Amino acid sequence: MLRFLARRLALTIPVLLGVATLVFALIHFIPGDPAQAMLGETAAEEDVQALRQRLGLDRPLVEQYGLFLGGAVRGDLGVSLRTNEPVAQAIVDRLPATLELAAAAMLVAIGFAIPLGIIAAVRRGTLVDHLATTVSLTGISIPNFWLGPLLAIVFAVELGWLPVSGRGTPAHLVLPAISLGAALAAILARMTRASLLEELREPYVQAARARGTSRTRAVLRHAFRNSLIPVVTLIGLQFGAVLTGAVITETIFAWPGIGRLLIQSIGFREYPLVQGCILFIAVIYVGMNLLTDLVYGVLDPRIRYD
Amino acid sequence: MARVGGAIVLVAVLAALLGPWLVPFDPAAQELALRLEGPTGAHWFGLDELGRDIFARVLSGARISLLVGLVVVSVSATVGVTLGSVAGYAGGRVDEAISRLIDILLAFPGLLLAIALVAVLGPSLTNVVLALSLIGWVGYARLVRGQVLRARELEFVQAARALGATTTRILVHHIVPTTLPAVTVQATLGMGGAILAEAALSFLGLGVQPPTPSWGTMLNYGRGHLLDAPHLTVFPGVAIAVLVLGFNFLGDGLRDALDPATRGRRM
Repeated sequence: MLRFLARRLALTIPVLLGVATLVFALIHFIPGDPAQAMLGETAAEEDVQALRQRLGLDRPLVEQYGLFLGGAVRGDLGVSLRTNEPVAQAIVDRLPATLELAAAAMLVAIGFAIPLGIIAAVRRGTLVDHLATTVSLTGISIPNFWLGPLLAIVFAVELGWLPVSGRGTPAHLVLPAISLGAALAAILARMTRASLLEELREPYVQAARARGTSRTRAVLRHAFRNSLIPVVTLIGLQFGAVLTGAVITETIFAWPGIGRLLIQSIGFREYPLVQGCILFIAVIYVGMNLLTDLVYGVLDPRIRYD
Repeated sequence: MARVGGAIVLVAVLAALLGPWLVPFDPAAQELALRLEGPTGAHWFGLDELGRDIFARVLSGARISLLVGLVVVSVSATVGVTLGSVAGYAGGRVDEAISRLIDILLAFPGLLLAIALVAVLGPSLTNVVLALSLIGWVGYARLVRGQVLRARELEFVQAARALGATTTRILVHHIVPTTLPAVTVQATLGMGGAILAEAALSFLGLGVQPPTPSWGTMLNYGRGHLLDAPHLTVFPGVAIAVLVLGFNFLGDGLRDALDPATRGRRM
């Protein structure tokens, strides 16, 4: 297990380096002078020059790269150009809101998807299965930037049951969590169905049935438990999709998280903040993928020897 | 389901192509006196905040969505199949280099890199296509690389090699065709994904810029009128969901048709 852990960690380091390199390069993809782009076309030359110096854009590229990597390792992602607040601090301040939303969305998704997937697998080929498949495909197809406003129209505006936007009480969390969790629920339901169908074909399930085990028990006690491994893996891997979805959901519901910070920073051309948010989300994503792989390795020893 | 999906896609393509002849209104024409008016016999989907016919704009937006989907999928699939085939067949350092690049790009969650790229390149339709293609090829490359790794050991490929066929000939005539069913499924599902991604970027103000009608942009502007004119939000959203559902049905049906393993028996 230790060798597996070491190998997996060793594979992560070049990926993180590549991610940081790409995020560093982002500012250099800006057409023309990045400092001019941040301040606008009408900015005075001395202001542009001052910003160039402040961001280190006047230094050789290799030196800029070294400073960026060194700063990223120490958690120093620069400062906001508007507020002078350290970028890392701005991100950390908004992290609890994003994590709260992501966790709630995943809970909504799991609570809905697992029962739907089981029913679809057990009733394979029936009307119930087709209905469940249609529901889950519809869930994947409905964009959260449409579902969110629709939910707000019905439950906040028309019925007045829930607040339209903001963060504070548990009621504020309901609509954003459903809006963000719907697509994940759809994907998880499909995976649960497919994975359970695989297990139901295994001889041990047939043997359990032949021994007189009830159909429900054979499904829930035997097949379902084994079918959970890929489902758990998918939940881990989908965390990144949830974080990306949060960028949109937070914007719709004025949820004060990292996603909203990212979009606001793009609007203000606060590129150090944009870089910081992107790097932070990508690193979290890589970390979650690593954790998922490790958990998978624990759950299924065959993976460790691949 | 594949038939339902195919029918939806066909209707959408026809509506996009024939749009200008189906509706007597110009999608850019404004009737300010009737702004935000709900659906009527004349204006089936109502009018937007500038008094423009939403039905005409939805049909016009379909052209943008389908065009983005088609270009992104074509570029992504071409680049992805080429690099995936080369990586899988060549092995060694070439495979290592391409695989590491894939790993790095996959380390960014889906849309995030596209948001970042469009944020720095500037919001426009071209940059949306560029950003989505830059991240889109990765899925195809990974899929094709895996398939090529298997296919290169097959007997007919070894026979071609023994007969002295060149690497290019082996790849183009023998190996790549074996990957096409899987690529077709991925491309069909990818159309839905690209349409959703373009709409998401436009919704965030990073994609197609006004006055060009795009479903995502229409939803973005509709957000400001949730209380007084919800029809601004409802119709473009339905259009996105139905078209993406069509591609998902089609892709799902194709996958089932091409993969015998998914046609299992019941318990």
